Amino acid sequence: MAWFQKEKKPKEPTEKQVAIPEGLWVKCEECKAAVYRKEVEQNFNVCPKCGYHFRLNARERLDLLYDDQAYKELASNIRSGDPLDFRDTKRYRDRLKVYEQRVGKGDAVICAEGKIDGIHVVICAMEYNFMGGSMGSVVGEKITLAVERCIDRKEPLIIVSCSGGARMQEGILSLMQMAKISAALARLSEAGLPFISVLTDPTTGGVTASYAMLGDLHIAEPKALIGFAGPRVIEQTIRQTLPEGFQRAEFLMEHGMIDLITARADMKPTIGRFLRFFLNK
Amino acid sequence: MSADPSQFDEPIIALRRQIDELSAGEADPAQIEELQRKLTKVTKEIYSNLTPWQKTLVARHPQRPYTLDFIGFLFEDWTEVHGDRKFADDAAIVAGFARFRGTPCAVIGHQKGRNTKEKIIRNFGQPKPEGFRKALRIMQLAEKFKLPIFTFVDTQGAYPGVGAEERGQAEAIAVNLREMAALKVPIIVSVVGEGGSGGALGIAVGDRILMLEHAIYSVISPEGCAAILWKNATAAADAAAAMKITARDIKRLGIVDEIVPEPPGGAHSDPPKSAELLAPYLERALHDLQKLKLPMLVEERYKKFRRMGAFEKA
Repeated sequence: MAWFQKEKKPKEPTEKQVAIPEGLWVKCEECKAAVYRKEVEQNFNVCPKCGYHFRLNARERLDLLYDDQAYKELASNIRSGDPLDFRDTKRYRDRLKVYEQRVGKGDAVICAEGKIDGIHVVICAMEYNFMGGSMGSVVGEKITLAVERCIDRKEPLIIVSCSGGARMQEGILSLMQMAKISAALARLSEAGLPFISVLTDPTTGGVTASYAMLGDLHIAEPKALIGFAGPRVIEQTIRQTLPEGFQRAEFLMEHGMIDLITARADMKPTIGRFLRFFLNK
Repeated sequence: MSADPSQFDEPIIALRRQIDELSAGEADPAQIEELQRKLTKVTKEIYSNLTPWQKTLVARHPQRPYTLDFIGFLFEDWTEVHGDRKFADDAAIVAGFARFRGTPCAVIGHQKGRNTKEKIIRNFGQPKPEGFRKALRIMQLAEKFKLPIFTFVDTQGAYPGVGAEERGQAEAIAVNLREMAALKVPIIVSVVGEGGSGGALGIAVGDRILMLEHAIYSVISPEGCAAILWKNATAAADAAAAMKITARDIKRLGIVDEIVPEPPGGAHSDPPKSAELLAPYLERALHDLQKLKLPMLVEERYKKFRRMGAFEKA
């Protein structure tokens, strides 16, 4: 029979090993393809093969949304003071130092003013790289100041959420930021000013259960994980594995919780269009 | 004290048993009296030195008075109403109308069950979105008819389940936070047992926030925190201590206005007494708030929550 009589082909030379400079390629977390980093970056950090939205940091998000990538940061001088003197396996204040060095001093949100399509707005962009985007007193205060600024100056507010929820290391103070920001948003709404909530991967816990779900408009990025309880907690509670797509943006839209799912490339024009609708421009 | 910190009640139980046995027989009354004195002393000693984890256990004690117990002791004409008019009635939150010292009011609270059947009906006091929406519906009725609102907080947290997520658990809580911040009637909150995270806060935005001496109030359960930060749920006692969840800490952090004392052996040792101790606090809060005119009431509530948080300015 041919198949075992077949002579072994001589080994073909394998493709020459090329040294790839570190970081020239990235692996897509969704389709696992190696994609050229430059190409991903030019594509709004979206995988050109499958459309997977890589996570953006806060500054990339602000650059993406503001006209000419121009904005002025607000309340950048607020830092966490470790009010509980919290310690788990490490001290909270030591963790903070590491994150401040690695990510920046803005804690888990950067708030800035600038223009979208020529309209003055305030955008708060959450920074997931800073302790999972968790909300403690600093995030609460910065966002509340941003809301109050919008009320004073009669400007629309946009919050881009990207967070695991409230920050445990500040205990009850973190929980209360949910009430504080929500109270400020009640006033913004009373003032007739638009608040657009943009939900990106992931938006869970106390962030979802406060401002992320209080928008006049909820815009999600495709496939973003959005929920109250984390999927692992739910699995432990119901002792079943969760269905594919549970708590993804598409699932939330199906259940009536978000208004639209918008690919990153369309995010800015979509927000601009709604701002003009809402401001009667 | 016993070596196992969760068995801190043992000396009290042993003494009680001893007294009961002696009382049943023909014992010297002086001896019983002596034991009674000892019991009072030991109880006081134990309950004034509880660790945060022990307080967590007290706050979860199955004999601790629940919302309906407090309502029974403190309110007249209580009439429960049901449902969110959208999906269902959630038995983990009770809501209705009653009179407090003659004043008509709305009363809302988490409700746990005592036996297995009740626990299941009440879903262990863990509300689903319809519970929060029912609460809001009743609060808005109270606003419409200018009635003060009393809420009782006692939950592990909002229910983490598939249906709850589908129906917008996060949205339900968020809307309550926003709406409660602006309601034009007095809201008096009593944290009577477990103040568990967003599920607690969803009915806990108010003008006066009272907290029972051995109640806890926390951003996440000690077990949950331990599992995430210590990668070990058995570190719950450490997490309970680190998160500062006791009434004294919560007051120091500026979250609650007053700590309401409990009977010497905790609220569960004497529920009617516990309600009796809470009553004057509710009376005073109601009295003070009824003097506040609008828009001052809502303005003060805003400022109250606006102040919460601790940070530094560089």
